[in-house]
Amino acid sequence: MRRLLILLLCLIPLFAFAGEAKDIAEDPVLEKRMIGLAENLRCLVCQNESLASSHADLANDLRREVREQMKKGMTDQQIIDYLVSRYGDFVLYDPPVRTSTVVLWFGPLLMFLAGGAWLFFQLRRRRKSVPETRLTPEAEQRAADLLDDDKN
Amino acid sequence: MMRFIIPFIAFVAISVFLYLGLNLNPREVPSPLVGKPAPAFTLPQLHEPGKNFSPQDMRGKVWLLNVWASWCVACKEEHPILVALAKQDVVPIYGMDYKDKSEDAKAWLEHGGNPYVLSISDTEGRIGIDYGVYGVPETYVIDKQGIIQYKQIGPVTPQGLKEKILPLVAELQKK
Repeated sequence: MRRLLILLLCLIPLFAFAGEAKDIAEDPVLEKRMIGLAENLRCLVCQNESLASSHADLANDLRREVREQMKKGMTDQQIIDYLVSRYGDFVLYDPPVRTSTVVLWFGPLLMFLAGGAWLFFQLRRRRKSVPETRLTPEAEQRAADLLDDDKN
Repeated sequence: MMRFIIPFIAFVAISVFLYLGLNLNPREVPSPLVGKPAPAFTLPQLHEPGKNFSPQDMRGKVWLLNVWASWCVACKEEHPILVALAKQDVVPIYGMDYKDKSEDAKAWLEHGGNPYVLSISDTEGRIGIDYGVYGVPETYVIDKQGIIQYKQIGPVTPQGLKEKILPLVAELQKK
């Protein structure tokens, strides 16, 4: 009885096999191209996720849309243009330079230059404010003595 | 004196930016479709699937296209406002039932009232993508020439209706 039980226990893992993950697309090359494109696109529902990694319903639909447009033979640029015409530049993780994005593109550079200029002038001013002082002959003698002392 | 004034100005500037930032809604993505023709489509009507509807049928009229779904929580909040608006009879409201089951959608309208002249079913959400829908409810104001003049993302509020949508509709109707 006990042996039978143990045998049955040993058989349990047989039920735990996992099915092979299903290939979502029939065409793995197309799927790869789609993912490559979707990685640079933003999911509009969960805004910090890319279209490739998001599990939102809309992201699913958009991936399907991208897949279908690729099957129709549209180029990546055409697909991106389509999505931008529907959802705006916001879908792009790499926003184009426009009047509204000038600050985004060049703000950091400007701040870097401003900081650099500030540092430059600060350092120059400090150099001026610490003038070289000549020692009096007595002080110089004392300093030499001290240094000599050190040698001995 | 300067050593206090400069950090103080910087502090005020940062505070102002942060304060403004707190009041911005990151979900409100400006639609590039405003000012462009409403994308064409032909979809079956919710109550009479044999009949189709397309936005070209609405030429010469100012109308609202409201994207809704029975599964959409925010739509519940918006629904009574639309029902009240429909009663005023100032502008026709057409519904787009987005990614929904038609039985659920019909039951929902029966329960909450039907503000729509008619609803169309976008079961797979394809037309939704064409319209740049990403969060239901969304409402489009479309003019006589079929141009999208305004897009409301999220529920229509009484305030938004009074201050934005209705004045715009009145203005467009005069044209």
